[in-house]
Amino acid sequence: MSKLTRDDVLKLARLSRLRLTDEEVVQFTEEFNDILGYIEQLDQVNTDGLMPTSQVTGLKNVTRPDVEREYQAQPSALLANAPATQDGMFKVKRVL
Amino acid sequence: MTDWLPIKQIAEQVNTGKITAMSLVEKSLSLLNKHADYKAIIVAIEDRARERAEAIDKQVSAGESAGRLAGVPFIAKDNFLTFGSETTAASNILRGFHAPYQASAIERLEAEGAICVAKANLDAFAHGSSTENSDFFTTLNPHDKDRVPGGSSGGSAASVALGMAPFALGTDTGGSIRLPASFCGVVGYKPTYGLVSRSGVVAMGSSLDVIGPLTRTVEDAAIVFDVMAAKDELDATTIDRDELDYSSFSSSSLQGKKVAVIKEYVGEGLDDDVRAAVEQTVTRLKTAGAEVSEISLPSLPLALAVYYIICPAEVSSNLSRYDGQRYGFSSTDAATVDESYEFTREQGFGAEAKRRIMLGTYVLSSGYYDAYYRKAQTVRTKIINEFLAAFADYDILVGPTSATPAFKIGENSHDPLKMYLTDIMTVAVNIAGLPAISVPSGARSSLPIGVQFIAAQTHDRDLLAFAHAYEELSS
Repeated sequence: MSKLTRDDVLKLARLSRLRLTDEEVVQFTEEFNDILGYIEQLDQVNTDGLMPTSQVTGLKNVTRPDVEREYQAQPSALLANAPATQDGMFKVKRVL
Repeated sequence: MTDWLPIKQIAEQVNTGKITAMSLVEKSLSLLNKHADYKAIIVAIEDRARERAEAIDKQVSAGESAGRLAGVPFIAKDNFLTFGSETTAASNILRGFHAPYQASAIERLEAEGAICVAKANLDAFAHGSSTENSDFFTTLNPHDKDRVPGGSSGGSAASVALGMAPFALGTDTGGSIRLPASFCGVVGYKPTYGLVSRSGVVAMGSSLDVIGPLTRTVEDAAIVFDVMAAKDELDATTIDRDELDYSSFSSSSLQGKKVAVIKEYVGEGLDDDVRAAVEQTVTRLKTAGAEVSEISLPSLPLALAVYYIICPAEVSSNLSRYDGQRYGFSSTDAATVDESYEFTREQGFGAEAKRRIMLGTYVLSSGYYDAYYRKAQTVRTKIINEFLAAFADYDILVGPTSATPAFKIGENSHDPLKMYLTDIMTVAVNIAGLPAISVPSGARSSLPIGVQFIAAQTHDRDLLAFAHAYEELSS
């Protein structure tokens, strides 16, 4: 598989909502290529006829009734952690 | 090193009024202070612990039972949401966060009278094998201060080894309970995936994460686990538990048990003392009447590569919620909401969190998803199938918990891939959702070594009974 470039890493940072310093870009590019080099050993593994597993105990579509219920967390405690609130709502910086 | 009674006896003494919950809490708090130089603890929960102790002692004086864990102090890894202190997951981005609700596991323990006295250090967001990735400080190994305690539940393992409390809670996504247990010389138990609710625990890799106890004995681990194990509508991945108490071992005999040493875990590169510890374990098991042979599971060495695709993928999703808008650290430099997300995450996440978020974003991205993520999930099936075939013939699989005893602080921290390889003996169990337990077995001079026993999914009772019987042999 192709090697990750500096631009690839900058794109990943953007997708991940992270900003990186120039040193971090250099460091992560090198480290990612090391790690990807290691995990690419899976390319050689024969998986013909096997299906992927995403849930190990075999649960499927666990549902519950869609009803209101009492919950431990109180709205005031939830809002108390926020950097800014107004009228019982989270207040964020301007969008545009 | 420690002088706590078995958990069962502590609770009995509290319930009969022989000792007070308050005296136990005070003892634990003074031990936290005494061993502060090991940096196992992020914060003590003094006020709330004393309030709970007082309430429990009142309950007992009124003639009521205060539960199966009455007055038993414990320490929770700081990725469990708890009242009475901040919950940070040892990350800067969660500094200042006060949990508005408690983890289900904590609620269940409190309902039986246990008292959380402190929050233990970890690699930030449980990303690591040494606690060196903590955004705050590195915990020192109780047996050698120049060495790591293992991770990510390193503070929990060290606190139990130092005797600060009779038990601690950890989380295990790729070995984070078992590895530090082996490095610190305590018991570390990772239950079957889904038996303990993760509600209220900071999520890392949701198809892998489990909660479990770190203790001095297998019996203590079984009691704590029995209290925590339950289906929970707040965690849709929880499964039905056994109706019987997991700590009531039906048989403690090893006679006729079919045991296999995993060949791939005792190959080249294994430390000589660790090899000797495994051999000694095998000898003890045989002497006690177990039938021990060797088995090859050829796909097991692939588990780490599978893990470092699946885990970062799930991390990138789980850590997207830390955006500085609703809780935790929020950068004050931003003018727009977009900048607020980026500055907060840049300043609030450490290097390992950033590494995993970006790696995960990469393996899930369009054009690479099939090559990485889908391939990893398919190799996962291959690993599961090999375990299933093995458990058709054997009751228990055995291997070392780690290829080496505790390594030196700084020895692996410059090279992420080298640090990842620390988990090579433990991750396959998470990939397959199996129960496994690390028990102390042997040592290299003062450094403890752990041996790992693995059972088939939901055979947790058999695994605990086996480990308990083994522990009796070696004590």
